[in-house]
Amino acid sequence: MVKLTKENSLNALVAMTLLVVPFIALAIDEPFYITLATRVAIFALAGVGLNLALGLGGLVSFGHAAFFGLGGYAAGILASHALNYEPIFTVPFEVNGTTEMLIIWLVAILVSGLAALFIGLFSLRTTGVYFIMITLAFAQMIYYFAISWPAYGGEDGLSIYVRNKFPGVNTLDPLSFFLIAFCVLMLAVLLVFVLKNSRFGAALQAARQNDERLSAVGIHPFNIRLTAFVVSAMITGLAGALYADLNRFVSPNMFSWHTSGEIMIFVILGGVGRMFGPIVGAALFILFEFVFGGLTEHWMLFLGLVLLVVVLFARGGLIGFITGKVRHE
Amino acid sequence: MSDENRVPVLRITNLYKSFGALKATDGVSLDLYEGEIHALIGPNGAGKSTLIKQISGDYPSDKGSIEFLGKDLAGLGVADRAQAGLGRTFQISSLALEFSALRNVMLAVQAKSGSSFRFFKPVMKDQALIDGAMAKLEQVGLESRADIPAAELSHGERRQLEIAIALALKPKAFLLDEPMAGMGPEGSVKLTRFLDKLRHKAPILLVEHDMDAVFALADRISVLVYGQVVATGSVEEIRNNPVVREAYLGTEVV
Repeated sequence: MVKLTKENSLNALVAMTLLVVPFIALAIDEPFYITLATRVAIFALAGVGLNLALGLGGLVSFGHAAFFGLGGYAAGILASHALNYEPIFTVPFEVNGTTEMLIIWLVAILVSGLAALFIGLFSLRTTGVYFIMITLAFAQMIYYFAISWPAYGGEDGLSIYVRNKFPGVNTLDPLSFFLIAFCVLMLAVLLVFVLKNSRFGAALQAARQNDERLSAVGIHPFNIRLTAFVVSAMITGLAGALYADLNRFVSPNMFSWHTSGEIMIFVILGGVGRMFGPIVGAALFILFEFVFGGLTEHWMLFLGLVLLVVVLFARGGLIGFITGKVRHE
Repeated sequence: MSDENRVPVLRITNLYKSFGALKATDGVSLDLYEGEIHALIGPNGAGKSTLIKQISGDYPSDKGSIEFLGKDLAGLGVADRAQAGLGRTFQISSLALEFSALRNVMLAVQAKSGSSFRFFKPVMKDQALIDGAMAKLEQVGLESRADIPAAELSHGERRQLEIAIALALKPKAFLLDEPMAGMGPEGSVKLTRFLDKLRHKAPILLVEHDMDAVFALADRISVLVYGQVVATGSVEEIRNNPVVREAYLGTEVV
């Protein structure tokens, strides 16, 4: 099935490392590391979403915070209504909140997908720097809306007092919650991998390489890109919902352009278009935040230097640096 | 040549296109019948590429109509026209450079054989796609280079690959924009022989600077000068047309 290439071995190593860290943390009684690993998994999931658009489709979205935040707010709003026993709306029929993760995820995915459909319809008519700016503008619009909407906490954000439920799992146990996030991450990577190799993936990658060629064989690049953008947003939205549950808190910062930039950093650091790139990128990000964040609040400076080196000297990101150039079969 | 009773595959009527003050296409009428090669020649800047781009759907026309298989193409984009059966090659090779030659052709087979909105089956396990694409590579003699990324193919090989892709679309008409460009004498001769047979699959509108190839292949030739067709006729008629000789061929030819 899967060939034992250098990249596949590295991918397996990356996944195994992430999986093992929380167990070691448990063994040495440092539960905080479990939370760190969970953050890596969730950030990586957001990156896996962006990687579909950016890595395979060449769509440099600087607005994926919109979907991350929408997923987060979907979780926050549904849970807060459920915990306060207030229906979300009663006209024309009553809709109540929920604390079931599976339902929350579904809502997060739908909401982010719909938002991406709307944003994509406008932004995908442009390319290059205009696309970057329009996606950024849409995300910032939602950011300012979230800040100024008092119903759900406005600038202060929204707390979820109890972690949401997952059938058969005690989600308040850090390790169990990590395992949920890890499984979702692996499923998302698998989904992107399958998409990459499908007919749709072939068309999407061709759209990145040569728009004109794709049109000339009779495939509309716009439709292909829009689909990729929507699926990409759905994955990032799901990551947002998990992030809300991890922190038991959502804030408008999830929508800010910093978040978009960070998601992009995960993808670029790990390797644009590399299936496990976002995991490596997110892990490095969290590691830097943890190690240098204790020394100085300007820890981003160190990350910036690494990013600079990667962009200048290792275009395939860290995964590309270790395993070499991709060769399409 | 043009029999009044036959319906042309492609009929261009009174087509216009201006870029500012420049009239790139200035009232062009042209048709293409089943089984023929209609060559379009003219000096640089005569508007050949503009005309091709109007037919392919890259440029909207200011005025006039393009009918293909009896249907007006107005309002259709590049992808729609390709689906309708216009198989086009580019003046400058336009390929998915990271993809292998095979995958470039597979993309065309995929477009022709149903939807690209299939998300799960891996293309490299889709034997029908692979075989279909391989057959086209064999037709142009590129089968030994199937696994080479397009970026690493030679200029001539890329030209061949363009033709293989166009073939895979099973078009109702070919639009070939200077397929011989940069092919070298040996490649040109081979390609000439190939196109000679290709016309029986689907008629060819051929833009070409290689006059040996044009005179060897064309059933009819139209000469475009400053956006206008100054003459249309058989090879003999065009060779002997004084207007054409002055405007384009010059005195040293023939």
